[in-house]
Amino acid sequence: MSVQPAQKPAGAPLLQVKNLQTHFAVGGMVAKAVSGVSFDLHKGEVLGIVGESGSGKSVTALSLIRLIPDPPGKIVGGEVIFNGQDLLKMPIEDVRKIRGRDIGMIFQEPMTSLNPVFTIGKQVMEPLLFHEKLSKAEARNRAIEALAGVGIPDAARRLDDYPHQFSGGMRQRVMIAMMMVCNPAILIADEPSTALDVTIQAQVLELMLDLRRKREGAAIILITHDLAVVAETCDRVLVMYGGKVQEASTVVDLFENPMHPYTRGLMKSIPHAQDKGKRLTAIRGNVPSIFDLPDGCKFCTRCPDVMDRCWTVEPELREVTPGHWVRCHLTEDKK
Amino acid sequence: MTAPSGVHSTGGEPLLDVQDLQVHFPVHGGVFSRVMGWVKAVDGVSFHVNPGETLGFVGESGSGKTTVGRAIMNLLRPMTPDVHLGGKILFRSESGVFDLNNLDRATMHPLRAEISMIFQDPYSSLNPRMTVEQIVDGPLKIHTKLTRQERRDRVLGILDRVGLQPQYANRYPHEFSGGQRQRIGIARALATRPKLVIADEPVSALDVSVRAQVINLMQDLQDEFKLTYLFVAHDLSVVHHISNRIAVMYLGSLAEIGTSDQVYEAPVHPYSKALLSAVPQPDPHRRRSDRIRLQGDIPTPLRKPSGCGFRTRCPVAQERCAATVPPLVDVGAGQMVACPIVAEQRAQKSA
Repeated sequence: MSVQPAQKPAGAPLLQVKNLQTHFAVGGMVAKAVSGVSFDLHKGEVLGIVGESGSGKSVTALSLIRLIPDPPGKIVGGEVIFNGQDLLKMPIEDVRKIRGRDIGMIFQEPMTSLNPVFTIGKQVMEPLLFHEKLSKAEARNRAIEALAGVGIPDAARRLDDYPHQFSGGMRQRVMIAMMMVCNPAILIADEPSTALDVTIQAQVLELMLDLRRKREGAAIILITHDLAVVAETCDRVLVMYGGKVQEASTVVDLFENPMHPYTRGLMKSIPHAQDKGKRLTAIRGNVPSIFDLPDGCKFCTRCPDVMDRCWTVEPELREVTPGHWVRCHLTEDKK
Repeated sequence: MTAPSGVHSTGGEPLLDVQDLQVHFPVHGGVFSRVMGWVKAVDGVSFHVNPGETLGFVGESGSGKTTVGRAIMNLLRPMTPDVHLGGKILFRSESGVFDLNNLDRATMHPLRAEISMIFQDPYSSLNPRMTVEQIVDGPLKIHTKLTRQERRDRVLGILDRVGLQPQYANRYPHEFSGGQRQRIGIARALATRPKLVIADEPVSALDVSVRAQVINLMQDLQDEFKLTYLFVAHDLSVVHHISNRIAVMYLGSLAEIGTSDQVYEAPVHPYSKALLSAVPQPDPHRRRSDRIRLQGDIPTPLRKPSGCGFRTRCPVAQERCAATVPPLVDVGAGQMVACPIVAEQRAQKSA
């Protein structure tokens, strides 16, 4: 793995997200889970989206391919442009043809994202039969190849096993195989390694990054709460809090020069080996409920540098240095 | 924080001395639910914990680290009546040394005030029908002879100490966030002023920004109440941060035990090395190219490999590893490693 330079690749972005808004209506209240998220995904890049529970990172990912359960959720605004088309305005049948073929997805829970009553083989073959209209025999061979490719020993035999006969790490590798058989242009991975042990996590992340070797220009969106995983795998990163992007930059720039007080707080709160035994610098307070976000800056209730206007006026996301975007009143004046 | 103490106790008696602990769970099957086999969740583990120190237990799922904690809490027998428990768990209580592995309920009962537990999941470990005060008061009611007023003072005092205001005492768990619930769990664990606290993944379920608060709180409380922690977790950077010593478990056995810095900075056992090299670093300039890739998954404890449990995935395994279970040997400065191959290599190098 190497750190990619910050340059923007030539050509149009693979995926353009503009002012995405997804709300959930629960018990007469509206949660603005995602309120105005915009970003471009370029060919060949790994884009990280970091945030805590309730930050809107998973809802953003699910909204991109219209997997929001409606009701209670609803994508109320924005555009998601892929191949010149807005996925949010397309008939849902057309989106289904894109899911799996052009845009693959891996979820956090390998236990629940495989169907327990079908064999592994049937599930890995399904996208090939559906999207590529292969014959059963061809699909079977491709499925064996894919399972072997993610390191499932004795793949031809294990094709007829059921999900419960696989361990957690193996299930997640099956999910990756399932997604890789169609070599999608974009992979969206929502906490793909969170439920796994650390040695298995490393295997899964590497397999995922392999997609870029298999299909030139393939891009990955990696959703995680773990800054260390971002540092190890991503090229660019969005930091989300309270349904909004708070900071966006290259990974190197984010770690060398975090500008948003939330990002800084997160960085300081992870234990570093050299500071063993010292107190960690914690962010005060608790993650606010998405039903009860402040009017101004979403982080104002916990920010160590909060000012009067932060409570009432929400800052804009501005480009402070080239390619480094921050949503904070403190950096607004610097430009 | 006190300086890391050596692996061998430096004067004074250990608070907890675990000798050759074995926990084997029966597997039932067949028409008559006969015992078909045994899951050797913990298979011959020995270690000790000195008063006031934090011993971190790391390992992957299925390594037996949680079972060790539960064995010390004497929770296994009630959960699985026909579990096989072997070895000794010597606990130095105020009224003498007890073997927790061979105690009946009545003898164990008073000791429960001295050993308590913090659980992983702040959502399922608090009774949703009880108020915060009732939850924290529970152990006091059972284990102390304090009057109602004294108990109330103790509850409010400990709630204040963990950062919860007195008006929260009458609220229910669902009104709190994950971080606050874990504070309630900590308050409950500390209410009886225990000596030994077993914390099983206490911060794993918490958001990153809240995790640091809880770690700091646990360290402050340790200093204030002279607590001894057994800190079970899979997040190695957190374990390194909080522990004086670290024990690495694999498939029911100890692979390595040493000071926190020894194990984290210079692991010797091939498994500890692989485990440490897999930990992602929060620094994009330090992306690992030297990562040790382990093949496959941890085997099921139902069909453990003979000899060394790690040999099926070990990069340096030899034929002899299948023959005997390797004992822990000192490879220098008290760092104990259960691998004769690396131990010999180190001995040759230094000779």
